Amino acid sequence: MNEQVEEEITLRWGGEPRPSYDVVIIGGGGHGLATAYYLATRHGITNVVVVERNWIGSGNSGRNTTIIRSNYGIPASVRFYQRSVELYAGLEAETGRSLMHRRKGLLWIHHSETGIRAERARAHLNQALGVETEFVGPEEIRAIVPEIDLSGGGRFPVMGASHHLPAATARHDRVVWAYAEGAAARGVDILQHTEVTGIRTSGGSGRGDGRVTGVETSQGFIAAGTVLSATAGHTTTITDLVGLRMPIRTHQLQALVTNQYGGTFQPIVASAELAFYVSQTARGQMLMGAEWERQPSYSYRSGSEFLRSCTAKAITLLPFLSGLRVLRQWTGVCDISPDSSPIMGLTPVDGFLVTTGWGTWGFKGIPAGGEALAELIASGRTPALIAPFGLDRFARDRILADAGSAGTQ
Amino acid sequence: MKLHCPNCGSRSVEEFRHGEIPQVPDHLTDVARRDLDRVWNRPNPQGLTVEAWFHEQGCRRWFRHERETS
Repeated sequence: MNEQVEEEITLRWGGEPRPSYDVVIIGGGGHGLATAYYLATRHGITNVVVVERNWIGSGNSGRNTTIIRSNYGIPASVRFYQRSVELYAGLEAETGRSLMHRRKGLLWIHHSETGIRAERARAHLNQALGVETEFVGPEEIRAIVPEIDLSGGGRFPVMGASHHLPAATARHDRVVWAYAEGAAARGVDILQHTEVTGIRTSGGSGRGDGRVTGVETSQGFIAAGTVLSATAGHTTTITDLVGLRMPIRTHQLQALVTNQYGGTFQPIVASAELAFYVSQTARGQMLMGAEWERQPSYSYRSGSEFLRSCTAKAITLLPFLSGLRVLRQWTGVCDISPDSSPIMGLTPVDGFLVTTGWGTWGFKGIPAGGEALAELIASGRTPALIAPFGLDRFARDRILADAGSAGTQ
Repeated sequence: MKLHCPNCGSRSVEEFRHGEIPQVPDHLTDVARRDLDRVWNRPNPQGLTVEAWFHEQGCRRWFRHERETS
């Protein structure tokens, strides 16, 4: 892929932080950097610092399986992710960087009558909202993926699928770098290896109330009237600093890649009932994942259980994969929300915002999440696109239950 | 990963179901807020934590288990 690297990216790293900023963004992953980028480009707000404990993209932004799609099962999610799909499609032109964005289409395969009914409903809902998702039968699936075993190893017969045409992949590091470069070029400071150790508030009891006044970091205190927590996996580590209780638990999600497959595997293939999905990387490797671990954990250790179960599922559906070898596997830690939908926006602490609950579906939400949060920070008003995703939805009994669309249950 | 069931001994984690022990903080005194917290919020601790596990594919009993989450 070296021929696509036209020139080295130019990142102006912040050195010493200034004593105060308008906005502090905690977490230099896709969501944090996209918010900084859109604050700078759409709203001219550049007195912003992004603080990152490790290096940018070192968390889930560099560990995900890079899938972009909008075939969700509830209208609020379809609209939100469709905005993201659109922004991703135009991001190379906007940033002037090759993000290796490829439209591939996604087959969401089902093996039962119940699953087929759910999938038909999803296709209808998507179409009603202007999203290209079609229901296809086994023969059409075979035409798209000739490698598939329609009998599913005799146990998981392929009965149909929804074909989500706008589904795409992009190179995750490049998305992070493009947003970082675009934000930094406009004056945003990006501080790597800077850990947030405390958040100061005034006028409250320290139990999720009051008003935020700044953050304590390993490079000293930074005053700010607006602080956004954009970490992944460690949201509650940050929200604990202001005493805010969150409906978030941290779970491991694993993935693996094989060595290079000589052929071309065009679409992304997923099976909700098997809790398995696979796509081919630009290098030709087969990249796959399965469900997240049920017990909460912050550990990055990978396990043999995943290796065994994921490869067994892979071969059930796509027998040719048995000829490949696993090159490596890795783990990310994910903020899982109770309703499998993200949580974005204001909190009971004045000036303290969160973007979390990105679980196993965060990469696809980066552009729309960043754009909407930047608008919220700039205007003080929650954009309609993300209004349903507020933290207050649990108290209002307006949860956005959509685990069936998460892909990784 | 293996878990130690007090009845069945060391078994694969795949046999068990993870459970939670809700811990509503004392400073929440309003009944409605306590209920809301109990339903949705979790401590999400990093480190040694005591939790409930159900040996679904074994003795089918609940037990308390200490586990390292970091």
